[in-house]
Amino acid sequence: MSDTSVVSNTLDIEAIRSQFPILHQKVNGKQLVYLDNAATNQKPQSVINALEHHYAADNANIHRGIHTLAERSTTAFEDTRKAVQAFINSNEVEEIIFTKGTTESINLVASSWGRKYLNEGDEIIVSGLEHHSNIVPWQLIAEEKGARVRAIPVLDNGDLDIAEFSNMLSNKTKLVAVNHASNSLGTINPVHEIIKMSHEAGAKVLIDGAQASSHLTIDVQALDADFYALSAHKMYGPTGVGILYGKRSLLEKMPPYQGGGEMIKDVSFDKTTFNDIPYKFEAGTPNIADVVAFKAAIDFINDLGKENIAAYEEELLSYATAQLNEIEGVRIIGQAQNKVSVISFVVDGIHHFDLGMWMDAKGVAVRTGHHCTQPLMDRFSIEGTTRASFSVYNTIAEIDIFVEALKDIIKKLKP
Amino acid sequence: MSQSIQEVQNEIIEEFSMLDGDMEMTIGYVMELGETLEPLEEEQKTDDNIVKGCQSKVWLDAKPNGDKIHFKADSNTAITKGLVSILVRILSDRTPQEIVDADLFFIDKVGLNRFIGTQRSNGLGAMIKQMKIYGLAYTAKAN
Repeated sequence: MSDTSVVSNTLDIEAIRSQFPILHQKVNGKQLVYLDNAATNQKPQSVINALEHHYAADNANIHRGIHTLAERSTTAFEDTRKAVQAFINSNEVEEIIFTKGTTESINLVASSWGRKYLNEGDEIIVSGLEHHSNIVPWQLIAEEKGARVRAIPVLDNGDLDIAEFSNMLSNKTKLVAVNHASNSLGTINPVHEIIKMSHEAGAKVLIDGAQASSHLTIDVQALDADFYALSAHKMYGPTGVGILYGKRSLLEKMPPYQGGGEMIKDVSFDKTTFNDIPYKFEAGTPNIADVVAFKAAIDFINDLGKENIAAYEEELLSYATAQLNEIEGVRIIGQAQNKVSVISFVVDGIHHFDLGMWMDAKGVAVRTGHHCTQPLMDRFSIEGTTRASFSVYNTIAEIDIFVEALKDIIKKLKP
Repeated sequence: MSQSIQEVQNEIIEEFSMLDGDMEMTIGYVMELGETLEPLEEEQKTDDNIVKGCQSKVWLDAKPNGDKIHFKADSNTAITKGLVSILVRILSDRTPQEIVDADLFFIDKVGLNRFIGTQRSNGLGAMIKQMKIYGLAYTAKAN
């Protein structure tokens, strides 16, 4: 058995683990091994404290209050916006819109931008690696507009077929919507290249960064992304908060997404004028407390350093991949050159549901099923996979427990 | 004289009590039970026979057997198959009225709800519902 000390990294993983109270518990009589981080990762004490502090000390509705609590609450809320701006390196803080998650961010663009700019015969290109949340919103608006949704094929190793993508681009292409990293297979897509190619064809690009946000450095200006969406809960932050980044020039021309308070300048029954960005897209009282606590999550990542996190997770991924490759009957789905710390696999003759249930009995939390990527499962002619995904608090020792559990279950269940 | 629905459930509760609530042993035992399930013919595994709401696939076939209903079922996952076999053991070869009236108290007593979990037990719930619907349909037919 190995332990965390095997990993040569500047991060003190035990000290990091001690910041996550949820990890220190037993489930089904066994020490919890949490490997479902691609679905949502756990929250450090600093995020939990920030949430509690907001309600215990600062809670008030934001922006129009003139009293002290409203001022504090507004400042904290807007401080998170600035932290996000720095985190993804957007040019202006006004380009950061708060949503309830990546899904809503994508729906906002589909609904607002799509309704204004899509026409009959236009094409939206997604990829075969997309989560349903980056397929269905486009299908809905395409249906309404008589546009067409096409998908970039996925190669056998889990990479996108960029040569084919190049052939698909045409003057009909209005938007390309792809993920930065695949939630199912872990593939890191060449988004810089995809954006460049799309722009040359005259198309706008939305990047779904949900799986990338806690692993990869994001620089929306260097990427020249038109839109970039992410979720706080996949980056050690609270659920119910997401970000839509959009270039000012695009956001300003887009119609509001929802009507209500906050998003207006003046309302009369004759004419209503809308607020400036970002508020034009933030109708109603937002999820203030969770937005405030999101800043603590960004601070957590920044304090550790994205490069350090990525390097450590890469070690976990390589180690786990090597271990799984040793086990007979285990087939890893998705062996792309560049991957975030996600391993999807199938085991000959054993259904992922049985495997996942038995893993849970051993205290190991993994995800099983189609991971909201049914077209991708169809592509590989499988019903689903078992997926283990790692965050910075996971250890080599935990991967050993997972691998031993897998071997034991295979021994028990092998027909 | 065959056992009543109540008696079969008490027997199941007794069997599971020997596992001491150990999750791995419980799953292992549920899978073993699945292997005792009367096979369902491949041609019966139709879309019509699929129980909706199951995370894993479950096929359920009902045939009249005198004044009773005979259930056959199968699943593509071993654990669900085991769970299904328990329901078949309790509810197959009962009269439609017995099936409709059955109070399945064993689920709580055995802790199936606890270890299957809410989202996963949906499949089991859908299976029970489907068996009761067959019971109702046959009752209506008899009347």
